[in-house]
Amino acid sequence: MTAVRTAPVTATPPADQPPVPPDRRRVPYLLLLPGLLWLAVFFVVPLFTLVSTSLQTGSLEEGYALTFSWSTYGGVWTTYGRQLLRSFCYAGSATVLALLIGYPLAYAIAFKAQRWRNVMLVLVVAPFFTSFLLRTLAWKIVLADDGWVVGTLQAVGLVSDTGRLLATPAAVVLGLTYNFLPFMVLPLYASLEKMDPLLLEAASDLHATPMTAFRTVTWPLSLPGVVAGTLLTFIPAAGDYVNVQFLGTPTSQMIGNVIESRFLTVLDYPAAAALSITVMAAVLVLVLAYVRRVGARELL
Amino acid sequence: MNRAVHAVRRHAVMAVGVLVLLYLFLPVAVVVAFSFNDAAGRFNFSWQGFTLDAWRHPCRVPGMCESVSTSLQVGAIATVAATILGTLLAFALARHQFRGRASTSLLVFLPMATPEVVMGASLLTLFVNVGVATGFATIVIAHILFTVSFVVVTVKARLAGFDSRLEEAAMDLYADEWQTFRRITLPLAAPGILSGALLAFALSFDDFIITNFNSGTTITFPMFVWGAAQRGVPPEVNVVGAAMFILALGCVGGAEVWRRVRAARR
Repeated sequence: MTAVRTAPVTATPPADQPPVPPDRRRVPYLLLLPGLLWLAVFFVVPLFTLVSTSLQTGSLEEGYALTFSWSTYGGVWTTYGRQLLRSFCYAGSATVLALLIGYPLAYAIAFKAQRWRNVMLVLVVAPFFTSFLLRTLAWKIVLADDGWVVGTLQAVGLVSDTGRLLATPAAVVLGLTYNFLPFMVLPLYASLEKMDPLLLEAASDLHATPMTAFRTVTWPLSLPGVVAGTLLTFIPAAGDYVNVQFLGTPTSQMIGNVIESRFLTVLDYPAAAALSITVMAAVLVLVLAYVRRVGARELL
Repeated sequence: MNRAVHAVRRHAVMAVGVLVLLYLFLPVAVVVAFSFNDAAGRFNFSWQGFTLDAWRHPCRVPGMCESVSTSLQVGAIATVAATILGTLLAFALARHQFRGRASTSLLVFLPMATPEVVMGASLLTLFVNVGVATGFATIVIAHILFTVSFVVVTVKARLAGFDSRLEEAAMDLYADEWQTFRRITLPLAAPGILSGALLAFALSFDDFIITNFNSGTTITFPMFVWGAAQRGVPPEVNVVGAAMFILALGCVGGAEVWRRVRAARR
């Protein structure tokens, strides 16, 4: 044991080391090969077949052929523009809500929980242990017209006597917020946990009010977590179609519902592919604009 | 009075945090509670009375236990494959310098930034264009694809956290490369690999959106729930959800107790 402690383990100067033999240099590539091959064949190639499918024309009966026609795009934008816009509105609202309620939770775990910290962290991920679909269906029971939530809100006057929560945009946004909240809390916690609590003491010694201390110390330091959390919430929420299906109405569909039914029910592959690419492009543009604006480019 | 205000202020954040946790747990509680519901007919939407029937005979719902078994098989195969591929990628990214490292990181990160509908849909276009019928195999392919990135991230985080001087020390003590890897590197990386594998299994078992695009006529448990939701979900489905939850929580709790006992003995 003492030998380890006294051995000058870091002191080996690079000049003493023999040059890396050629077969050692191949090691990283051998490690990469299987994984990269998998990603290339089943992630990159499908993106190309998705583009090529979107440029096909024809019908289900006669078959689709690649004609490099861009007209499908214009068609689906005019037909499904509203669903596209709605998806981004719902996902955006859910992301803001998740940040508003996720931040205090992450803050409490990082600074207030002390020996309950690990328990609370487990509790944040624990809902994932039950099926996502079953939990969303459970909201249907909670928000039912004769349930206690609607009853209470009616008694308080927040919802009119004939009003309901199920089958409204509010229910869908609530479901989206719920489903992706842990993805917001965990990165927030990770960045808050790294922060030195002494910084807050220093701020208060320098006569900063708690509010000022939060604004000038805590919030800027947690920004990487805020960026990661909002992205991890927004991206899956924008493509989701389960919440609308269970908690919304057929008239308030999101773009995910349209893509799903075009692909799997109507079998209109070109339109569905064009919509998928539109979603992907829109998400990429929004994410890049957002990351650039927040100034956290090193994250990507 | 002043002390009361102070106390409220001190515990306000914690109180909000606990409320948010309750929000997270409300649906789980409903899922568990309604697995004991004496549901009349096909609908399990309102409370009718307590019964253990569903827990006693969960497999009496046609097709459900078969779907759970399909999900377990898909999850097992996908987890093993994704853990191997992901661990190799993580070792290359964390421990080696090579040309194209930045673009490799980007390629590994991209699947996580792709909305699930887009990933599911693009894979389906591949299978349609090549003429492969969707089914069990295509589900497994899809699951390996979307879980690999999560394994890479988990294992990489573990590798980044450990001291490479330990390996140098082993080499200084005349261990050869294989011995160093087996006795030092692998045991140190093992917790990361294990959590990566568990994450992969959990993601695979619960995935609906990507599976829905690539399942053909094969029915996994989430696909069964989706189908049942159109007709009415029987309490037996909640039994599976509740059992999964209790089992997973029991494993986490057990592991924590074991860790503490071991730490106390040292």
